[in-house]
Amino acid sequence: MIVIKDLHKSYRMGTNSLHVLKGLNLSVEEGELVAIMGSSGSGKSTLLNILGMLDEADSGEYILDGVPIRNLNETKAAKYRNKFLGFIFQSFNLINYKTAIENVALPLYYQRVNRNERQEKAMKYLEKVGLKNWAHHLPSELSGGQKQRVAIARAMAAEPKVLLADELTGALDSKTSYEIMDLIQEINDEGKTILVVTHEPDIAQMCKRIIHLKDGVIVEDSFVEQVRASSYVQ
Amino acid sequence: MFSRDRWQEIFQTIGKNKLRTFLSGFTVALGIFIFTVLYGMGNGLKNSFNEFFMGEATNTFSINPGRTSEPYKGFKKGRAIEFRNDDIDDIKKDFALYLDEITPVISFSATARYRGESNSYSINAIAPPYGDMQKTIIMKGRYVNAHDMAGFAKNIVIGRLVEVDLFGHSESAVGKYLDVGGVMYRVVGVFQDDDGDNEERMIYMPYTTRQMLDQGTDKINEIMLTYNTDIGYAGAMAFDLSLQKYLKAKHNIAPDDQNAIYLRNMADIVQRNMMFANILQLVVVFVGIGTLIAGVIGISNIMVFVVKERTKELGIRKALGATPASVIGLVLQESIFITTIAGYVGLVLGMGILSLMGDRFKEDYFISNPGVGLNIVIMATLILVFFGVLAGYVPARKAANVKPIVALRDE
Repeated sequence: MIVIKDLHKSYRMGTNSLHVLKGLNLSVEEGELVAIMGSSGSGKSTLLNILGMLDEADSGEYILDGVPIRNLNETKAAKYRNKFLGFIFQSFNLINYKTAIENVALPLYYQRVNRNERQEKAMKYLEKVGLKNWAHHLPSELSGGQKQRVAIARAMAAEPKVLLADELTGALDSKTSYEIMDLIQEINDEGKTILVVTHEPDIAQMCKRIIHLKDGVIVEDSFVEQVRASSYVQ
Repeated sequence: MFSRDRWQEIFQTIGKNKLRTFLSGFTVALGIFIFTVLYGMGNGLKNSFNEFFMGEATNTFSINPGRTSEPYKGFKKGRAIEFRNDDIDDIKKDFALYLDEITPVISFSATARYRGESNSYSINAIAPPYGDMQKTIIMKGRYVNAHDMAGFAKNIVIGRLVEVDLFGHSESAVGKYLDVGGVMYRVVGVFQDDDGDNEERMIYMPYTTRQMLDQGTDKINEIMLTYNTDIGYAGAMAFDLSLQKYLKAKHNIAPDDQNAIYLRNMADIVQRNMMFANILQLVVVFVGIGTLIAGVIGISNIMVFVVKERTKELGIRKALGATPASVIGLVLQESIFITTIAGYVGLVLGMGILSLMGDRFKEDYFISNPGVGLNIVIMATLILVFFGVLAGYVPARKAANVKPIVALRDE
């Protein structure tokens, strides 16, 4: 699903150049649930940004679902993001004046799906995350966990190939975190490829594979025995 | 641009961000409102101005005789010049190309009596073209005509207020006989005049009749003429000069004598006064443009603020697959919509105020019937919308090009 070969990225900081990614090689198959770990400055966010086409690598190859991703202008990147990727952020990033269902329907709007179908699909995914009864509430009326569920429903609504989650439990207490991870595991069980950036070991343990980044290189890449979050959720 | 979904997005954004919408709308509405009112009042001033000169035809000369101030060809200075009927005939003959209409005017005053009522009035003995030159409006009956002239008819035309004074409000003067200075005249018409009460207390009669009754004299007090408007302003000025020269030669007046003949050229007077009115208009336009610029600056500031406020939302939209073009389009379409509606509101309010003002301030502030051409206000609105859009476009494009990840980090 995702193939990365010899990926380099550096940032210019004034006269100095900061080499963040130093030749990464990575391959993720369909249906994997991968945790990317590392301390701050290890390059994990940069990697996620490149995977999310929010940023572009200096050199190296990035192939997503067989499509080489390079030389993207903003318009093309927007289309690929819409088609291939679903984002889940630490701070939820819901649009605060739109109700839950409107937030979920938004990526479908950019796919030019017609209105009725948008409503229908958005409701389906809200139901999937267990928020059917909260569909017409504004984000300000939802708890943190509920917001993140809406965000997950939104990421799923466009039916992307890959879900990218950036510290998705960072703003949640541990009980809510486990509930969210339970949902992520369920979605993964249905075959969706998911990449989770986290620095919390217990969250990482709930994935199937853990990649450790340090100073811009992969220092450890191992498949682990998945801890089911459902065991923590009553 | 016309998709229903886009409009729904926009209406939702407007509905959920009332303060923002109000601020940008208010700025535009206020700008257009002030512009409309100022510009309209400027036009009102100009209207009052025009009114002063619309009472008479503007292509008229009036020529009055004076006294010579220099000896010439054996005549002493201080000689009184007199016009006679042959002056009219000569001008008709020698200036046929320039001339449109010409009339002598013999002015005097006399007491008019009807039954128990009497009053003193100014009387002008004239030829029929005089009515057109003064823009006299006949209410009843007719004006002095060529038949009256030829037959020395004792027919008179009286002003509306003369009729009111002598005949009261209910009785019609037409066909009645009026004693003017001891001679009985038949009233053939009643006129009104926009130039005020004095004009409506005039009595007109054929000059031939007056000359006959005045012992068959052929003297006249004043010559009024209109020239052919095809000759234009320059032609009028040339006619002015050559006519003065002609009359001076005819009456043996020194060519440089300024006191013997007075020629009042309306074209020249109007030209000078219109220049003043135009400068007034220029000042008004300047103020209007200033208001518009202030409005443009206001809307620009608000647009910058709006886009700044929306940076995060736009970043989310981009992460969800919005293209830069659709982001820019969303912001601009919203701002065009708001500014257009607000501009229209300002326009309607401004026009409303102007029409409320009407002629109410004519007496004290010299503003009559203020109003603005619709095209000017629409243009002003378009200018505001255009600059609002331009002001929105720059930050919108910047926001659209910000990497979503940067926009999202911006808490």
